Amino acid sequence: MTDSRPVLTMTGISKSFPGVRALHDVNFRLFPGEVHALMGENGAGKSTLIKVLTGVYDTDEGAITLHGEPVSFTGPMQATAAGVSTVYQEVNLCTNLSVAENIFIGREPRLLGAVRWGEVRRRARALLARLDLDLDVSAPLGSYSLAIQQMVAIARAIDIQARVLILDEPTSSLDAGEVAQLFRIMRQLRDEGIAILFVTHFLDQVYEIADRITVLRNGGLVGEYPTAELPQLSLVEKMIGKELDVLEGIEEHSRRDLAELEEGTPLVAVSNLGRAGAVAPFSLTIHAGEVVGLAGLLGSGRTEVARLFFGADRADGGQVAIDGTSSSLRTPAQAIDQGVGFCSENRRAEGIVPELSVRENIILAMQAARGWLRPIPRRRQDELVDKYVKALNIRPADPEVPVRNLSGGNQQKVLLARWLITEPRLLILDEPTRGIDIGAKTEIQRLVTQLSDGGMAVLFISAELEEVLRLSHKVAVMRDRQMVAQLANDEGLDAERIMQTIASGSHREEVDR
Amino acid sequence: MTTGSLTVPRRTRFRLPRRQVPVLATLALLLVMYGIGVSQYTAFSNVQVIFNVFIDNGFLLVVAVGMTFVILTGGIDLSVGSVVAMTAMVSADLLQKGLPAALVLVIALLIGPTLGLLMGCAIHFFDIQPFIVTLAGMFFARGMCTFISGSSIPITDGFWTRMSQERIGDPRGNFVSISVLIAFAVVLVAAYVLAYTRLGRNVYAIGGNPQSALLMGLPLGRTRIAVYTISGLCSAIGGILLSFYTLSGAPLIAVGMELDVIAAVVIGGTVLTGGSGYVFGTVLGVLVLGVIQTLITFDGSLNSWWTKIVIGGLLFAFILLQRLIGIRYK
Ligand SMILES: Nc1ncnc2c1ncn2[C@@H]1O[C@H](COP(=O)(O)OP(=O)(O)OP(=O)(O)O)[C@@H](O)[C@H]1O
Ligand SMILES: [Mg+2]
Repeated sequence: MTDSRPVLTMTGISKSFPGVRALHDVNFRLFPGEVHALMGENGAGKSTLIKVLTGVYDTDEGAITLHGEPVSFTGPMQATAAGVSTVYQEVNLCTNLSVAENIFIGREPRLLGAVRWGEVRRRARALLARLDLDLDVSAPLGSYSLAIQQMVAIARAIDIQARVLILDEPTSSLDAGEVAQLFRIMRQLRDEGIAILFVTHFLDQVYEIADRITVLRNGGLVGEYPTAELPQLSLVEKMIGKELDVLEGIEEHSRRDLAELEEGTPLVAVSNLGRAGAVAPFSLTIHAGEVVGLAGLLGSGRTEVARLFFGADRADGGQVAIDGTSSSLRTPAQAIDQGVGFCSENRRAEGIVPELSVRENIILAMQAARGWLRPIPRRRQDELVDKYVKALNIRPADPEVPVRNLSGGNQQKVLLARWLITEPRLLILDEPTRGIDIGAKTEIQRLVTQLSDGGMAVLFISAELEEVLRLSHKVAVMRDRQMVAQLANDEGLDAERIMQTIASGSHREEVDR
Repeated sequence: MTTGSLTVPRRTRFRLPRRQVPVLATLALLLVMYGIGVSQYTAFSNVQVIFNVFIDNGFLLVVAVGMTFVILTGGIDLSVGSVVAMTAMVSADLLQKGLPAALVLVIALLIGPTLGLLMGCAIHFFDIQPFIVTLAGMFFARGMCTFISGSSIPITDGFWTRMSQERIGDPRGNFVSISVLIAFAVVLVAAYVLAYTRLGRNVYAIGGNPQSALLMGLPLGRTRIAVYTISGLCSAIGGILLSFYTLSGAPLIAVGMELDVIAAVVIGGTVLTGGSGYVFGTVLGVLVLGVIQTLITFDGSLNSWWTKIVIGGLLFAFILLQRLIGIRYK
């Protein structure tokens, strides 16, 4: 497979941003007909390497060849024209345009210069069907969830007749079904001789699909390895640069008994809360110190539940009781007042303020809660920010850099820190570990455990069932925009049973309601 | 619909065509205003009233079409009023100097786009705010007007007078001027370009999210420069139409016109931050402005400043409407 010549080589690549050396003397090769995983911690330089390749950034040093010819792209347009098709890390599409147009813009089928819209829509539908998606292709992209937007971005990339396909964390917001679908297509393309560069933080996915692995650490090259010769443990060691013992700690935290936790008045109890078209009415109680996991497939209504709890969407009906007294959560301001914090899945659109510094981003929610007339003393700010920058291992560890300059995973950590420091009574985490490397992921999981032991209630949403199982006391299962079951997380519960519940929609095993 | 299996539930939420809402609102507003006119003044129901609105505002419509392109990319062009005046001035001056009408037309039609091209390049290559660049362009063009002549220059050229007086009408005596036909042609071409060409679609993409458009491999710079050039061309055509209308070039004509144009585009439903809007909406926006003027002239007792006040109120209402739609449409 790899005995042919590389389709792409990058040699001696260096790239610095003011104050940061993002890449230093990195070599990389990509062979036709392989899936090549690019691995590394958050901020290791993976996305930068990709952007240098496609000409989004200039290189400081180094050479790139494509099909043996030296190339130096001036931008994505040229790279695409040369057969290098890329899905960048954050979904980069235009939400104001229709789904079909997002797939075909820039290369629409035309007749005498006029875009053939019927053909565009027909081909978009056919392409999406290949990915097992049935969407209204003339609806604006913005009316679909982030996960679907990500699938559309992938559809766009695979339809470009490319020899090199680059996917920077394409699976971050997809669930198992979508990932399987994507992998099926990736294998198909690989067998057609296309070279695929794949970035992810999910180790299982790497071992499932990648033929070879290149590891970066702190902007430097650690090495290139055939997947078969690099066991998972050594991969992680190579990525983090130290022995793995750090990661062992987390596993089972002293999981308090659910029955014991659920004594007394719940912190938040909702009944028959629902919103037409978003989620069917459901009832759920969350007690202080309890972690409630929300499991379900993409589009099953997980995020919609979270938004109702935070007042980001208004419920059509139903009751809310907080500390046993009837109350309401109709607007985010009201929810924040009642001590609810919401770390949204859509960090770019709803969270990060790119121009502000890490420190300013982190203290934003806390400052808002205090009111702008009572500024947090600078000393206190620095203390708090330092604590969380350390705890979450945000890099670069300089609180004064603008968040815009951080890598995707580090931005996610900043957003998380923002809500953690407000110490809400109920923290809603929607996919908090998405795009975060395993070291930091463990750290976040540990934090959640600590916080809940300290009495914080957490509503934890994640596409990764293992993670939900590890952290939650109780798992609510969503299917087709309904809460179909609430399962106590005891010895009997495992990922398989949750999957079965999702598949069958069984109501039998509810713990309360 | 397709053979693909259903892993994603179809969107169940009722979907109003959000992007069309502002345009529909403008249409409704226009109908209401027309209704008021007809119920108050019998003469208002005369078709010629509407035709006159087009005759009086043909040049405004053309310039507003150009502005629609610019605003769709999220930009702004403050130079249009001055470019209109400059084009009229240059035409009047050259005609007075005895140049043939055809040559004058060509020259006059080249000046606007050239200035637009230069402004577009400055915006793109030096990464300067469009507001600043076109403000500079506005002062430059206005300066050129007074440089050509401190006072107004009459036009006596045969072609110009013919264009000015020609009436194209129906047997019952209703008519429009040639300018109106030219304006309609510009509208049709623009609508086609926006809906069916890559340039047009890139305009929407860039207005939606420039960063994404760049990463999708769309020609960001080329498109940006193109819209300012198009706006310059539309201003030049508008300037010629204005000189047909007034048969003169005056250094201080069309002062503040850029603001009317922006108001028309926004009332027509194009979102100021870009990415959403239609040329058809702009036509409606111009009509709204024109009908307000007509209503106020019909009334007779109202000061013409009422036009400005009403436009101000409408503008505010429409921006509010866009905001409300924008909040719900992420
Ligand atoms: N535009 C920029 N300006 C300044 N610094 C930047 C910029 N883009 C990236 N960096 C820095 O370069 C380094 C590498 O970032 P990069 O985005 O390549 O990381 P990554 O490996 O893709 O991480 P992640 O897994 O979090 O996506 C980081 O330290 C980041 O802060
Ligand atoms: Mg990255």
